[in-house]
Amino acid sequence: MLMSILLQAAAAGAGVGLTKLAAGLGAGLAAMAAGLGIGKIGASAMEGIARQPEAGGDIRMAMIIAAALVDAVCLFTIVVCGFIL
Amino acid sequence: MKHLHKILFFVLLTVFIPVVNVYANQPEQKKEGPKEKKLDIRAFILEHISDSYVWHFTKVGEHEISIPLPVILYSKSSGWHVFISSVFHKSPTYEGFTIAEEGKYKGKIVEKDASGKEVRPFDISITKNVLSLLFSSTLLIIIIMGVARSYKKDPLQSKTGFVGFMELFIMNINDDVIKPCVGKEYKKYAPYLLTLFFFVFINNILGLIPIFPGGANLTGNIAITFVLALITFLIVNIGGSKEYWKDILWPDVPIWLKIPPILPVIEFVGIFTKPFALMIRLFANILAGHSIVLGLTCVIFLTVSMGTAMNASMTVVSIFFTVFIQFVELLVAYIQAYIFVMLSAAFIGLARVEPHYTNKEVKI
Repeated sequence: MLMSILLQAAAAGAGVGLTKLAAGLGAGLAAMAAGLGIGKIGASAMEGIARQPEAGGDIRMAMIIAAALVDAVCLFTIVVCGFIL
Repeated sequence: MKHLHKILFFVLLTVFIPVVNVYANQPEQKKEGPKEKKLDIRAFILEHISDSYVWHFTKVGEHEISIPLPVILYSKSSGWHVFISSVFHKSPTYEGFTIAEEGKYKGKIVEKDASGKEVRPFDISITKNVLSLLFSSTLLIIIIMGVARSYKKDPLQSKTGFVGFMELFIMNINDDVIKPCVGKEYKKYAPYLLTLFFFVFINNILGLIPIFPGGANLTGNIAITFVLALITFLIVNIGGSKEYWKDILWPDVPIWLKIPPILPVIEFVGIFTKPFALMIRLFANILAGHSIVLGLTCVIFLTVSMGTAMNASMTVVSIFFTVFIQFVELLVAYIQAYIFVMLSAAFIGLARVEPHYTNKEVKI
C-alpha cells in the first residue's frame, strides 16, 4: 500500500513533493539513529558506573565523548537533508 | 525474536499490496494575506544564521535599528572600492555593485562583467561574521594575556578568583586532553591546541548571546570550521613523522592488501575524511542548535492566527523549551570545543608515531 501511494505520487508529477518526503524521512531516520546510538552508550555507561562507582568520572567523560562522535554522524545526515529540502 | 519472519511478512504485505487509490492535490499556490505577509520560517532562520553586510538588531515599527558595516571590494574592472553598506538603502545599485537577490550569490555583492554575467568581486568587507571574529579574538587576547600577566608578575603565589578559574580550566584541558592524546611531544603542540579550544569555546558561547556584540553565528559558518580543520590537517600531515607516512602508504600488512592497493587507498582517503569530519561536526552541531532556538521562537509568531488562548499557551511553552535548549546549547558549546581539540590532539599524536619493532627485527 505504501509502495502504491509512493508510485502514484511520483506519477502525478509531484517532483517537489517527493523531494520533501525524502528529506523529512531522512531527518527522521537520523534522529532515530542518534537516539538508538546514544541510548546504547548511556546504557553501558550506567552499567559501568553501577559496577564500579569510583570509575564514575572517567566513564562519564568517555560516555560524553562517544556520544558526541555518534551525534556528529547524525548531524551530517541532518545537514544533507537540509540541503535537499 | 522468535516470530520475526512472520512480523516482517505482514509489514511487507502492507507496503506492497495496493489497497487504496490516492489523488494528489495540486501544488498549493503561494497565498499572501491581504495585509500581512505569511511568516516564512525558513527565510527567517536562514537570515539569522547567515552572514550579512549589516548587523541588524531589531525593527521598531517601520524603523530598522542596525549597524551598517563597511564594504571593501576589489573589482577587476574598476579597482578598489570602500564604502559603507547603508548606500544600498538609498539605491539598489552603487558604483556598479548590487546585492544579488537570488541565484548562486544571493545576499552577496555582485557586479556585472563585460559579458553581462553576474560575478563576485574580491570581497574583503567587514561583514557581521568578520566583526564578530575580530571582537571575539580581541576578547580572547585580553582575557588570556591578562591571566598570563598575572603569572608573570607573581609566579609563585596561588591564584584566586578569575585567574584561578582560568588556571583550572587551562590545566584541565592541558593535562586531561592534550597530554594523554598527543603523547610525548605535547609541549610543542599545546599552544595551538589550547588556542583552538578557547577560540572555539568563546565563539560558541558568543553565538548564544542574543545581544550585541554576541549573536553572530561564527562557528556555525562552514568557512570558519573549514579553516580550523585545514590548519589541523596541515599540522598533522606536514609534522607527520616518516613512520606515519610509511604506515599509510606501505603498511606492515600481508602483501595481498598492499599490491592491489586496498589498504593504502583507504588510509589515503582517511587523511582527508578525518579533518572533514571535524569540520562538519562542529558546523552542524552549532548550526543545528541555533536553528532549533530560532524555530522555537518562531512558534510564538506562528500561533498568532490561532486565537489568544492558544497563542498565550504556546508562548509559555515556547519560552520554556527555548530556555531548556539554550542550556543544552551551553553544554554543546563546551563539548564540541572539547571534542574538536581532543580529536586534533589524537590525530597529531598518531602522526608523531615512533617506529615500532616487529618480531622480524628483534635479534637475539
